[in-house]
Amino acid sequence: MVHPLRGQTAVVGVGLTKFGDLPGKTHLELLAEASYAALDDAGLKLTDVDGLFVSSMGRVFHPLQVAEYLGVKPSAIDGTNVGGSAFVNAIQHAAMALHNGVCNVALIAYGSTSRSDRKSGTPRVGGNPNAGVMYQSEYKPMLPVGSYALVANRYMHEYGMTRDQLSSVAVTFRKWAQLNPRAEMRGPLTIEDVSRARMICDPFTLFDCCLVSDAGAALVMTRADRARSLKQKPVYMLGIGSGTSHDQIAQLADFTVTACAMSGPRAFGMAGLKPKDVDVIEVYDAFSINPILFLEDLGFVKKGEGGAFFAEGHAAPGGKLPVNTNGGGMSCVHPGMYGMFVSIEAVEQLRGNTGARQVEGAEVALANGNGGLLSNQSTAIFGTAATLGAEARTTKRASAKKVVKKAAKKAAKKAPKKAVKKAAKKSAKKAAKKVAKKVAKKAPKKAVKKAVKKTAKKAKRR
Amino acid sequence: MAETGTTFAADGAEKQFRDGLNRGEFNIQQCASCKKHVFYPRTLCTNCGSPKLVWKRAAGTGTVYSTSTERYKPEAGGDKNIAVVQLDEGPRMLTRITDIAPADVKIGMRVTAHIGEADGIKLIYFRKA
Repeated sequence: MVHPLRGQTAVVGVGLTKFGDLPGKTHLELLAEASYAALDDAGLKLTDVDGLFVSSMGRVFHPLQVAEYLGVKPSAIDGTNVGGSAFVNAIQHAAMALHNGVCNVALIAYGSTSRSDRKSGTPRVGGNPNAGVMYQSEYKPMLPVGSYALVANRYMHEYGMTRDQLSSVAVTFRKWAQLNPRAEMRGPLTIEDVSRARMICDPFTLFDCCLVSDAGAALVMTRADRARSLKQKPVYMLGIGSGTSHDQIAQLADFTVTACAMSGPRAFGMAGLKPKDVDVIEVYDAFSINPILFLEDLGFVKKGEGGAFFAEGHAAPGGKLPVNTNGGGMSCVHPGMYGMFVSIEAVEQLRGNTGARQVEGAEVALANGNGGLLSNQSTAIFGTAATLGAEARTTKRASAKKVVKKAAKKAAKKAPKKAVKKAAKKSAKKAAKKVAKKVAKKAPKKAVKKAVKKTAKKAKRR
Repeated sequence: MAETGTTFAADGAEKQFRDGLNRGEFNIQQCASCKKHVFYPRTLCTNCGSPKLVWKRAAGTGTVYSTSTERYKPEAGGDKNIAVVQLDEGPRMLTRITDIAPADVKIGMRVTAHIGEADGIKLIYFRKA
């Protein structure tokens, strides 16, 4: 059975501010700038927004702050902060609210002055985010890097991944960043550069760690029917899954398995897809171990083989499975929480908007947000219209019927009955032709291939 | 409405644990229903949900599950070990391994607990067994 949320909502607008050093701006200003850009992208206005989904690193009651700042009076408001993945997790909440008619235009937005705050020594509002976390903060560990380092060392111990394999993650994303004019870090980077850089927390050197940036980002979602009448080609939400394993790092049951092992199957289950259907992947690379674990736990690579996968170039430009095509949090941008950016790059790839880094013919994109200390994983699977399958065609048929009825009504007003019948027939034929054409166009090659494969498999079994 | 009544002691698990530490005891909870050990101290068993968590003295022995060296400049106190130890009772905890060069701490190393102090709070650390 098709999941009731599959393909029912779509991303209709995305917006980004400049990245990097933006000392003259507040986090709310960056959030507002990105929101304006995302709404403009969609052909919508701030006054259309009635769903607000935001998260802040430190501010309590942040959703209220943003609603007031933007002058929005939302009927659906949410600030579930599960860390950097909050903005992918919010897609689940927004999709439910939209699908059930609780809101009509959902804005997911974020702004941060992480880099400027660090430079000026401004403490995060609300203080240390780990305060009150018992049995961890009292030891004053170097966080968050220390917890990811503990995970990386355990993984290397169990699977024998080498230092240079780990370094290939940062090198892979730098190669993508070099194709992205917006990326912050575009200079050359070699395996040796990464392996020999200043050690921060073993095994992580400086280049195993993400950037610290000022930036804003926003994303607008509506129900699929409305999306089709807006400015951009809709990018449909096919599947969304959330997984939570722990808060404090010592409580993660197996340091080599993340909550992607939960969020992935949930997202794929909703989408009715498998890892092999995915054309491009965007994951939250806070530290170099993350993409390795995520690709394994999401089912793209066998456990223990993630390091080799990156080292062999499969995730790099020209590789068989493009990962972090914008350059990721390690080379593109990372403003405290990076969750917005995985979805935005996924959407841009499916729109075919990414220039030199475009993955040709991308129809299915996966975005994975990471939150806390690997604590929450939120996985979103997006698709183009071609991936909507049977139920999308049903929707189109329904709307074609509507067109026929409308035409008939118009004609009835103007003309005698015979003419009405003629007009109805004509428009019905036209509509039917249109639908047929569209379906033919969109019956994707993949589906055909799949069908062929399936029958081949069946034949083999027999 | 169901009331909690006498199911829970007047002092929460957190205070009971801290009181123990201040007496020089490293105590750990065991579930009377499923027999699993629980750490850090909880109100309900994280394995089966039972409120019947019984205190016992921890063996104070364990194995390093993972370890790392936090790099600090000498003027900031120098490098520090950070580790996750798997207690012989089962649960894991974040800690630091003391009295050894950080780089000499290895995964799989046997360790024993001792109670130390940081900023006036008693904490559990480990040394090589």
